[in-house]
Amino acid sequence: MKILVTVKRVPDPETTIRVKPDGSGIVTDNIKYVINPFDEIAIEEALRIKEKQGQGEVVLVSIGAKVASEQLRTGLAMGADRAILVLCDQELDSLGVARILAKIVEKEAPDLVLMGKQAIDDDANQAGQMLAALLNWPQATFASKVEFMDNYVQVVREVDGGLETVRFPLPGIITTDLRLNEPRYASLPGIMKARKKEIREIAVAELGIDTTPLLTVHKMDPPAKKAAGKKVESVQELVHLLHTEAKVI
Amino acid sequence: MITARSHFFTEEHEMFRAQVRNFVSREITPYIDQWEQEGLFPKSLYRRMGELGFLGIRYPEKYGGSGGDIWMTIAFCEELCRCRALGLPMSVLVHTDMSSTHIARYGTEEQRQQYLVPMIKGEKVCAIAVSEPAAGSDVAGIQTTAVRHGDTYVLNGAKIFITNSVHADVFCVAAKTDKDKGHRGISLFIVERDTPGFRLAKKLQKLGNHSSDTGELVFEEVRIPRHNLIGEEGKGFYYIMANFQDERLIAASLAVGAAQQALEDTLRYTRERRAFGKRLFDHQTVAHRLADMATELEAARQLTYYAADVLQRGGDCSTEVSMAKLFAAEVANRIAYHCLQLHGGYGYIQEFPIERFFRDIRLSPIGGGTSEIMREIIAKRGLDRE
Ligand SMILES: Cc1cc2nc3c(=O)[nH]c(=O)nc-3n(C[C@H](O)[C@H](O)[C@H](O)COP(=O)(O)OP(=O)(O)OC[C@H]3O[C@@H](n4cnc5c(N)ncnc54)[C@H](O)[C@@H]3O)c2cc1C
Repeated sequence: MKILVTVKRVPDPETTIRVKPDGSGIVTDNIKYVINPFDEIAIEEALRIKEKQGQGEVVLVSIGAKVASEQLRTGLAMGADRAILVLCDQELDSLGVARILAKIVEKEAPDLVLMGKQAIDDDANQAGQMLAALLNWPQATFASKVEFMDNYVQVVREVDGGLETVRFPLPGIITTDLRLNEPRYASLPGIMKARKKEIREIAVAELGIDTTPLLTVHKMDPPAKKAAGKKVESVQELVHLLHTEAKVI
Repeated sequence: MITARSHFFTEEHEMFRAQVRNFVSREITPYIDQWEQEGLFPKSLYRRMGELGFLGIRYPEKYGGSGGDIWMTIAFCEELCRCRALGLPMSVLVHTDMSSTHIARYGTEEQRQQYLVPMIKGEKVCAIAVSEPAAGSDVAGIQTTAVRHGDTYVLNGAKIFITNSVHADVFCVAAKTDKDKGHRGISLFIVERDTPGFRLAKKLQKLGNHSSDTGELVFEEVRIPRHNLIGEEGKGFYYIMANFQDERLIAASLAVGAAQQALEDTLRYTRERRAFGKRLFDHQTVAHRLADMATELEAARQLTYYAADVLQRGGDCSTEVSMAKLFAAEVANRIAYHCLQLHGGYGYIQEFPIERFFRDIRLSPIGGGTSEIMREIIAKRGLDRE
C-alpha cells in the first residue's frame, strides 16, 4: 500500500509564543520548529501499517519554505521512504493547501492519505476535510484506531461523548487524533539512512493551480493575562464567591 | 539562555540531539529520582538505548554502530545531562566510550563479534577496571598481576572505584604481565562476570552520582583463556592513555551539559523568587553573578568544542583535551557553588535539583584523571618545549 503523509513545520509547542505588537503575526526569532505533533502521529501510523503489511511505501509531503526540509528529514529518519517538498513562500489558507495536496495525490496516486487532524499553529482543522471534498474521497477524521479489513478500512473516531466506528473502501483520507499512537524516536541509524533518501522539490507554480487565499488573517491577540488568584478562608466563602463573583454556580 | 548554535553541529547532529532530548525527558527524567534513591538504574535501559543506536554512535556499521563523529557523541553527552543527574550519564558513557572502546580498537575480529556487537545492542554492559587501592593517578603503579600458564592467564589483585560493577557483564581489566617493566609491563584483558575467583567485593556508597553503580573488585586465581588478551601484551598502558583523550573530552562535555542545566534552572528560579520587593534577578549583584557564570560556561563549552575539533581531525590532542577537562570541571564546580547559593536554603534541600548537581559535579575534577594530573600534562606536554 502506498501512503501519503502530510507534514507541516510548526513552532515547538514547548516554546513561548509572543504576538507581534502590531498583531500581524507571531515573533518568529529564536523559535524552534518541529513536525506538527498530529502529523508525527500520522507518520507513525503509516510506518506501522507498512511494517504490519510487510510492504508498501510511505511518502511524506510538506508545503512551505525550503527550511521545511528539516521536518521532512526527521520524518525520513523515523522511517518514511521519500519526501516531496512543495516550495511556496506565499501565505496559504486551508483551501490552498488542500488544492496543492489534491495535485500531489493526482501525481502520486496513493491508496491512503494520512494527515494530522489539525496543525497546532493555526488549529484550522480543515485541510483533510477539504481535500476529501476536492478528491471526492471518503474520509475518517479524528482517528484513534485504524484497522485494515479485506476490502475496507475501519476507523474508530473520537467524537464528543464517545467513540464512533466507521468503514470505507480505499482510497481515502484519515486524520489522526492524539491517542492513535505514540510516535517513535528517530534512531541514530535511521538519521544516518535519511541522508540518502530523496526529498523532491516542486515549485508551487509548476502545479498550475490557483492558491490565492480566500481567507486572510486580520489580527492576532495574545491570550488575556491571568489575574492573580485569591485565597479564601472557608468553604462557605468559596461557594459564595463562586456564585456571586465567578457566577459559575 | 540563548547563545548561537556552534557551526560544528549540522542539521543531522541537531536532529539527533532533539531525539535524545525527547528520549531523556520521556524515559529517564521521570524516573531519575527513584533510580538515584535505589543507587542503580534498570539494566533494560541499555537495551532501549541500544535499539535507538545510542550505544554505537561512533562504532562502525559493520558491528551495528552508526559511524558517527565526535559531535554526535557531544550532543549525546549534553542531552543526557538534561535528566539532572550525572550518575546515569557517566555509567552509559563508561560503557560506550571508556571501556568497550578497547575491544573495538584493539580487539580481534572474534572479540568484536562476541562482545562489541552485543554491547552496541545494549545486551552486554562493559566496564573498565584500572584503578586500584594503591594506584589511581599513577596507572603504571598497579599491582594486579596476570601470569601466563600455557593457554591461560591467571589474574590476582584488586580494583576499586569501578563504574558499572553491578551491571557489567564484561570487564576490561588492566594487569601487570611483567612486574619489572613499569608501564611497559601492563596488559589489558577481558574478564567475564561469572569467571570463578572474580567477584564484586562491595558496592561503594558515594557523595553523588548515586544512580551509577561503583564497586570494588577482587581477583583470586582468576583463570581466563589466553585469547582474552586485548591487543598485544605490554601495550595496555598505551591503550589506556590513548583512550584517555576520548574519556576526558566526554568528562568535559558532561560537566558543560550539567552546568548548563543547573544554570538554566537557576535563571528560572531567580526570575521567579522575590526578595525585598523585587525578583532576585533584579538585584544587580545577582544578575551580574549570573552573567559571569554564563560567560565562564560559554568559555568552557567553546574550549571543549575546540578540543573535540582537534580530536576529530586526528593527531595529538592531549594538551587541548586536558585543558578542556581541567577548565570545564572547575567552572562547573564554581557554577554549582554559586547556583546553590542563589537558591538559598532551598538549594540545600533534596527536592531541588541543584542539591544533587552540587554533589554530582564534585567528581568532575577527580574522575578520569584529576585536575592536578591535567595540569601535569599541560605543563609537560604543552609548555615545557622550545
Ligand atoms: C565515582 C568514581 C568512578 C570511577 N570510575 C572508575 C572506573 O570505572 N574505572 C577506573 O579504573 N577508575 C575509576 N575511578 C577512579 C578514578 O579514575 C581515580 O579516582 C582517579 O584517577 C584518582 O586516583 P586516586 O583516587 O587513586 O587518587 P590519587 O592518585 O591517590 O590522588 C590523590 C590526590 O593526589 C593528587 N596527585 C596525584 N599525583 C599527583 C601529581 N603527580 N602531582 C600533583 N598531585 C598529584 C591527585 O590529584 C589527588 O588530588 C572512579 C572514581 C570515582 C570516584
